[in-house]
Amino acid sequence: MKIKGSVWKYGADIDTDKIISAKYLTTSDPAELAKYCMEVEDKDFAANVKEGDIIVADKNFGCGSSREHAPIAIKAAGVSCVIAKSFARIFYRNSFNMGLPILECDEAVDSTSAGDILEVNLDTGKIKNLTNNKEFQALPVPPFMQTLINDGGLMASIKKRGLV
Amino acid sequence: MRPMTITEKILAKHAGQKTVTPGDLVNVKVDIALGNDITAPIAIREFKRIGATKVFNKNRVVLVPDHFTPNKDINSAEQCKILRDFAHEHKLKHYYDGGECGVEHALLPEKGIVVPGDVVIGADSHTCTYGGLGAFSTGSGSTDLAAAMITGEIWFKVPESIKFVFKGKLGKWVSGKDLILQIIGDIGVDGALYKAMEFTGSAVRSLSMDSRMSMCNMAIEAGAKSGIIAPDAKTRKYAEERAERKPVYYESDKAAEYCQIIEYDASKLQPKVAFPHLPSNTRDLSDVGKVALDQVVIGSCTNGRIEDMAVAAKILKGKKASKKLRLIIIPATPGIYNESLRLGYFDTFTKAGAIISPPTCGPCLGGHMGILAAGERALATTNRNFVGRMGHKESEVYLSNPAVAAASAVKGRIAGPDSL
Ligand code: SF4
Repeated sequence: MKIKGSVWKYGADIDTDKIISAKYLTTSDPAELAKYCMEVEDKDFAANVKEGDIIVADKNFGCGSSREHAPIAIKAAGVSCVIAKSFARIFYRNSFNMGLPILECDEAVDSTSAGDILEVNLDTGKIKNLTNNKEFQALPVPPFMQTLINDGGLMASIKKRGLV
Repeated sequence: MRPMTITEKILAKHAGQKTVTPGDLVNVKVDIALGNDITAPIAIREFKRIGATKVFNKNRVVLVPDHFTPNKDINSAEQCKILRDFAHEHKLKHYYDGGECGVEHALLPEKGIVVPGDVVIGADSHTCTYGGLGAFSTGSGSTDLAAAMITGEIWFKVPESIKFVFKGKLGKWVSGKDLILQIIGDIGVDGALYKAMEFTGSAVRSLSMDSRMSMCNMAIEAGAKSGIIAPDAKTRKYAEERAERKPVYYESDKAAEYCQIIEYDASKLQPKVAFPHLPSNTRDLSDVGKVALDQVVIGSCTNGRIEDMAVAAKILKGKKASKKLRLIIIPATPGIYNESLRLGYFDTFTKAGAIISPPTCGPCLGGHMGILAAGERALATTNRNFVGRMGHKESEVYLSNPAVAAASAVKGRIAGPDSL
């Protein structure tokens, strides 16, 4: 699957409190959470993000709390994919489990600016910056995680395996 | 057989294998699956969405609505109701509400629900706390919790381990909290990403169970999957007094492999303070300078245990908190609350002008019970000082151990107990 979108660029250690502040955790409604996505880091994000946009961030994206509200808010805000140098491990798992595509790629992060247009092939991990015509290869998704994605997420995979 | 670390041994046992090697993907049986009022509603929604009707074991799925307890508003009350209805429908043995509710990671060990040798997953990042008991425990999201509630299993990549050795004797006022802040300051908030942290050495052995749990509690703040301290006589005694299942005591083989070994001379360490806005932004107490405070919070799953209450009481005895700040003390569980009352700590606290809160996460995550205004500054015994963590995004949170927090409350600025 190929996606294309405009970039929102952030720095290192974007924590889950920045992605969705605890004061909004009294709900788990995706549409409601989307309204406050990234509020602490970037107050313009939620109002201006467009369907298909891509978040590009430095290392350790999603560190901190285990709140799945963070990837839920990002996905519900319309973000099609997050590219970072690295992800905090609970955020990484959560994103796969609930179907938010995430990719690790140092070079893409270093050579991308806010507002650039990226084209991402989620199957191959090829990232193309259409603004500066550079191409990058993201780290391959571990085969086990790929199976999870192909199954449609963790819950679907459990159902498929007849464990319910 | 391949020599293994304590973490590898616990995972191998729960995967039904003789050995595991870092990097292996394993399906493991979980002893306890935990959720709270923020994460469990999503897990329960997923549980129902795929048509599950039964939890894998009604004694092993634990729900603790601790974050916004007592319900701070209508929305949080609705969230808790989802847990309550589910707990009753599935006859869960371990559901704690109202006057029985406490901060989950203080409550589970205290009640003997988690025991040494367990594999625990919790939809809460500080689930790593139980490493202090010699259990493998790690935080997950709500979907992982939903899957574990149904199947009693979870997949893991076996982590590499980093060994931290604290030799020598701990200095005065230096606690488990300071050791972990020292480490996080040294290796950074992603310094142990995907790894297990194992804490050893004579200084770690000298720590109480409370202090060990407070140390393992913050492993996640270095990005780690888990933190662990091998059981010893103290662990056995603690478990014997409360464990509701038979504990299994594991330890690392002498020849076990570590991806890194980091050694400290504990006698050279001071209490640490983490400055805004990352737990890795640490300084020695002596390098803090003048930092005036508007609030001091003593509590949370990091430092809201009885030992923390005792140290605060010792320092606050006969003293008054500065009029410039609010001192909020939150015993983490009803058990700790009652014990503090019985030991006369509440008398000391109220005379010092402190607010005593019922057990709750409350201000730790900026939920309620002590939210900061713009420009305000708090010192807290909690574990995170991210931007806006305790309230307004222009407020600041500093982190320390309870002794420093109590002394600072008296001084009105960050200060050590010896300055009183
Ligand atoms: S006390 Fe704080 S860190 Fe601990 S579980 Fe509650 S909110 Fe999380």
